[in-house]
Amino acid sequence: MSEQGIGKRVVRKEDQRFLTGKGHYTDDLQRIRQTHAYFLRSPHAHAKIARIDTKAAQSAPGVVAVFTGADTAAAKVGSLICGWVVKDKHGEPHKAPPHPALAVDTVRHVGDTVAMVIAETEAQAKDAAEKIVVDYQELPAVINPAKALDKGAAQLHAEAPGNLCYDWELGDRAAVDAAFAKAAHVTKIDLVNNRLIPNAMEPRAAAAEYDAGSGQYTLWTTSQNPHVTRLVLSAFVLGIPEHKLRVIAPDVGGGFGSKIFIYAEETLLTWASAKVNRPIKWTAERNESFVSDAHGRDHVTHAELAMDKDGKFLALKVDTIANMGAYLSTFATAVPTYLYGTLLAGQYTTPAIHVNVRSVFTNTAPVDAYRGAGRPEATFVLERIVEQAAREMKIDKAELRRRNFIATDAYPYQTPVALAYDSGNYAGALKKALEMADYDGFEKRRADSKAKGKLRGIGLSAYIEACGLAPSAVVGSLGAGVGQWESAQVRFNPTGNVQVYTGSHSHGQGHETTFAQLVSTQLGVPLDQVEVIHGDTASVPFGMGTYGSRSLAVGGSAIVKACDKIIAKGKKIAAHMLEASAADIEFKNGVFSIAGTDKQVPLGGVVFSAYVPHNYPLNEVEPGMDENAFYDPANFTYPAGVHICEIEIDPDTGVSTIAKFTAVDDFGNLVNPMIVEGQVHGGIGQGIGQALLEHGVYDEKSGQLLTGSYMDYTMPRADDLPSFDVGYQVTPCPHNPLGVKGCGEAGAIAAPAAVMNAIHDALAPVGVKSIDMPATSSRVWQAIQRANTKMAAE
Amino acid sequence: MYDFQYHRPKSVADAVAALKKAADGKLIAGGQTLLPTLKMRLAQPTDLVDLSGVPELRGIKVEGNAVVIGAMAKHAEVSASAEVQKAIPALAMLASEIGDAQVRNMGTLGGSIANSDPAADYPAAIVGLNATIKTNERTIAADDFFKGIFTTALKEGEVIISVSFPVPEKAAYMKFDNPASRFAMVGVFVAKLAGGVRVAVTGAGPSVFRVKAMEEALAKDFSGKAVENIKVPTTGLNSDIHGSAEYRAHLVTVMAKRAADAAK
Repeated sequence: MSEQGIGKRVVRKEDQRFLTGKGHYTDDLQRIRQTHAYFLRSPHAHAKIARIDTKAAQSAPGVVAVFTGADTAAAKVGSLICGWVVKDKHGEPHKAPPHPALAVDTVRHVGDTVAMVIAETEAQAKDAAEKIVVDYQELPAVINPAKALDKGAAQLHAEAPGNLCYDWELGDRAAVDAAFAKAAHVTKIDLVNNRLIPNAMEPRAAAAEYDAGSGQYTLWTTSQNPHVTRLVLSAFVLGIPEHKLRVIAPDVGGGFGSKIFIYAEETLLTWASAKVNRPIKWTAERNESFVSDAHGRDHVTHAELAMDKDGKFLALKVDTIANMGAYLSTFATAVPTYLYGTLLAGQYTTPAIHVNVRSVFTNTAPVDAYRGAGRPEATFVLERIVEQAAREMKIDKAELRRRNFIATDAYPYQTPVALAYDSGNYAGALKKALEMADYDGFEKRRADSKAKGKLRGIGLSAYIEACGLAPSAVVGSLGAGVGQWESAQVRFNPTGNVQVYTGSHSHGQGHETTFAQLVSTQLGVPLDQVEVIHGDTASVPFGMGTYGSRSLAVGGSAIVKACDKIIAKGKKIAAHMLEASAADIEFKNGVFSIAGTDKQVPLGGVVFSAYVPHNYPLNEVEPGMDENAFYDPANFTYPAGVHICEIEIDPDTGVSTIAKFTAVDDFGNLVNPMIVEGQVHGGIGQGIGQALLEHGVYDEKSGQLLTGSYMDYTMPRADDLPSFDVGYQVTPCPHNPLGVKGCGEAGAIAAPAAVMNAIHDALAPVGVKSIDMPATSSRVWQAIQRANTKMAAE
Repeated sequence: MYDFQYHRPKSVADAVAALKKAADGKLIAGGQTLLPTLKMRLAQPTDLVDLSGVPELRGIKVEGNAVVIGAMAKHAEVSASAEVQKAIPALAMLASEIGDAQVRNMGTLGGSIANSDPAADYPAAIVGLNATIKTNERTIAADDFFKGIFTTALKEGEVIISVSFPVPEKAAYMKFDNPASRFAMVGVFVAKLAGGVRVAVTGAGPSVFRVKAMEEALAKDFSGKAVENIKVPTTGLNSDIHGSAEYRAHLVTVMAKRAADAAK
C-alpha cells in the first residue's frame, strides 16, 4: 500500500489505454444515423457579408441541412459569452460586443464561422460548402494590438469605439510616481509577448445528439470543464434547461487552456442536432485549429523599475496593450488583468506597483487563457526588467533578487497588487537552483565557449503564480461569473472497491492516478480498487473543471473532504460492530479499531455492513457508503521557484543551444513526483517554445495567418530541448488539507524569462541590447549584425 | 480530397499511356507533397497514376564511376544503401536528413526532384554532383533540369526512370533547417569531381543554384577557409518570416564553409 500512496512515483493507470490506442476520444464516436458537420470559414480578416446563397449547397448530394447566421439569428441563438466582467478605470464594465456563433453580416477574422453544412459524410459536407456563394465586401483590418488604438485604425465593433475593450488599472499610481521621483536608478524596458497557438495533440471536436422522445440533448466535446460548458450553453446561449443537456468530455488529448472555452462549433452542433433530429459530429482539421482555437499571450508592454542606490526595488510601473482578438472568448478579459496585474509583485517586496492594461480588439482569432494565462506574461515583464536592472547596475543578478525577496517569515504577505501570499521560501529555492546549475562555475564555461567562438549566457527566472483557482468570494468580487470551488464524490460499492467522481477533468494530467493515490492513502484502499471518474455531467456532481493548476489543490481537497466523511461515518458503524463508542474508534491504514486495543474491523467490512445493514445502527446512521463534498479554497495557492537557463549561441548562424536548464519549484507537497516531473517538463517545453520558436504571425495587411500550419508554426520538438534538471523546494500550502500548490503551469510561466535572460546575457558582450521572443536564429543573427553595424559606426 | 481515377500500372509504358488518356492526370510517386495537397483540396486531378508498382523504377546500383538510383527509391533506402554510403557518403547523409522517418519511408528521389520544391534537399545533390537524369524519353543534365520554383525540364508525359550520380573525390552536404518545417532554409552541397568543383545551393532561392565564385575558390584550395569570405548576392533570394534574404545569403557562406571542411 505504501508503495502506491501519496509521495510515490506510481506509473500512470491511464497510460496503458492511451499508449495502446484504447482511449475513447470524441472523434471515436459513431452514433446511429450520425451526420457530419463542416464549417465554412471566412477567408478574409474583415468583411461585410453582402449576401450568402446556399441554394446549390442545400441540394448537393448527401446534404441534410445548411445553416447561416440568418438562421441562428431567427432562432434566437444567443451570443457566445465572456464570463468575466472586468471593470475599467472608471468602474464601467468592459465592452462586450456580440459574438454570434455564425457571422450575421460581418466577418472579423480569418476563420470566423460563416455557414454550417450538415451532410451524410464529411466529404459531402465539404463538397456542398464549396457551392455556397458568399458575397464579401472587404473592409480594412487591424492586426497589430499596438496599432489597434490608433486614430484611423479599422474599427471592429460599434459597441467598442476605438477598438478598446477596457482601460484597466491596478495599484497606487501616486505612490509609484513619488517613488520614481526619488529613485537612484530607473530601468526601462519594452517587450512583446508573442502570440502563441495552442496546438493540443487532439484537435477540438464535438458530437451532439437530440432525443426527441425525452427532449434530452447530449453533447460530447473536447472540454476541460463539461459542467461549465453545460451552464454556459444552458443559461446564456441556447436556453436548453440544464437538466435537459448532458455534456460529456471523454478522453481529451491535451487542452492547455484552449479547451476551457465554449466555442461556436459545439454550440451550433447542439442547436442543430434538434433541428435535423440526427446526431452530428465535427472534428477540427489541424488548419481549422490554427485559425479557430483561442490563441494565447499577444501583449505589448512598456515597464519601468525604480531602485535605490543598492538596487532595492522602490516601485514598478507597467503599461500593457493586450490583444483580445476579434471577439471576447469565454475568460479573455480576466487573463491580462486579474491573472496578470496581480502577479507583478513577483517574489519581491516592491512597495508600490501600478499597472495599466488596455485590451483591444483586432481582426485576429480570439485570445484567451493558454497554459499559465497572464502569469507567464507577468513573470516575463518582471524577470526581464529585474535582470536588465542587474546588468545596468552591475549587481549580480542572483544577488539583486536576494536583496528584494520577501522574507520567509513575512507570511501572510500582502502585496500592493491585491494578492496575499500564503507561504514561500524564495531564497531557499534560489540557493538550491544556483547550486544545481553550478552558477559559480559559469564564467569559466563562458570563457570556454568564447575560446570556441561561441557566446554563452545564463539567465534566471524567479517566478510566482497564483493557482488553485480560486476562492469564490474573491473571484466573484473581481467580476467572475462563476464560483471556483470543486466537487468530489467518494462512492464505495458493497464489495469494497471505490468510485471517485471529480468535477475536475483530466486531459493529460494523470488524475486517474494521482487522485487514486490520494484515496488509497486516505482510506487505505489498494490503488487498483479505486476508479476515478470525470467528465460526464450525468454522473459527476457539478464541478468547475481543470485549469489554473487547480485540480489537486481544489479538486483533491474536495476528495479529502469526502474521504473524511466516509471515515466519520465508518467510525459510527465500526463502533456499533465493535460494541464501542464512536469516540474511541481510530482509523488507520484502512482499519477501524478501538483505541488501545486489538479489536478491529477493516473498512471493507464496514462498507459491506453499510450496504447489507442486517446488524447496523439504523437509528443513528443511514445505510450506504457514498459521500459528497464541495471545497472552496480559502486563498489561491502560490507555487514559486527559480528556473535557470544556460545557453550557447553560434554567432555565425544565430543558433541558440540550451546547454543546461535547471528548475527548482515549490509546489508544496508532491503526490506523484513522476507526474509532477512530467508536468514540469511539458511546461518548460512550452516555455522554451515560446522563447525560441513559436510565433503566431498574421500578415499585417491582409490579416492572413502566415503561420497556419506546421510548415511555418514552429512547435518545439524533442531535439530542440535539453534534458531538464528538476529539483524541489517544499513549503506546504498552509490552507488546504494536502499542503499542495499545483504544478501544471509553472514551466510555461518560468521558462520564457529564463531563456530570454540567458540570450540577453550571451549577447550583451557583443552589444545587443534587446531582442524579442521568439529569439529565432534569424532574429539573433540579425540582432548581432545590427549591433556590429552600430559598434562600427560608433 | 476530390474523387479521382486511380491507376497502378506495372510498366513505364503503361504509366505514360494512362497519363496520356487522362483529362488532367498526375503521376504519384511517394505522395509526400501531392497527398497533403489533395487532402487540402488544393489540386483536383482527374487521374492519379501511381508509380509504386513499376519495377524498372526501383533499385540502387553502382555502374562504373557512378551510382544509379531508381526514381522510386525511397529516401530511407538511399540513406541505408551500403553502395551509396560507400561511394557517396554525402548523398546517403543528405537522404537520411530529409523530412522525418515517415517521409523518408514514403518519399522518393524521383518524386522529390520532379516536384522541384525550392527547399528540397535532393536538388542540391543533383546539381552539386552533376548528376544525369534519365527519363523515358532522354537524358537531362543536372544544370538543365531545374527551371525554377516547382518547375523542371520535364515535359508532359515524361517519366523519370533513374538518376546517375558520378562518384566524387569528396563531397559534403550542410543543411540549415527551417525551424518549423525542417526543410532546408539553406542547404549547400559541395563536391570535388573529376570534372571540377561544384557548389550547389538549395533553399535560399526559388530553385537550386550554383555559386561559381566558390567553385573557383575551392578548385584552388578545397577548404572552408577558401570560401568563408565569399558572399552571395541577396538579389532574388527567398525572404520570409523565417529569414531574410540577407540571412539566407550569409548562411550560404557559412554552410559552404562547413561543407568544404566536412567533405570526404
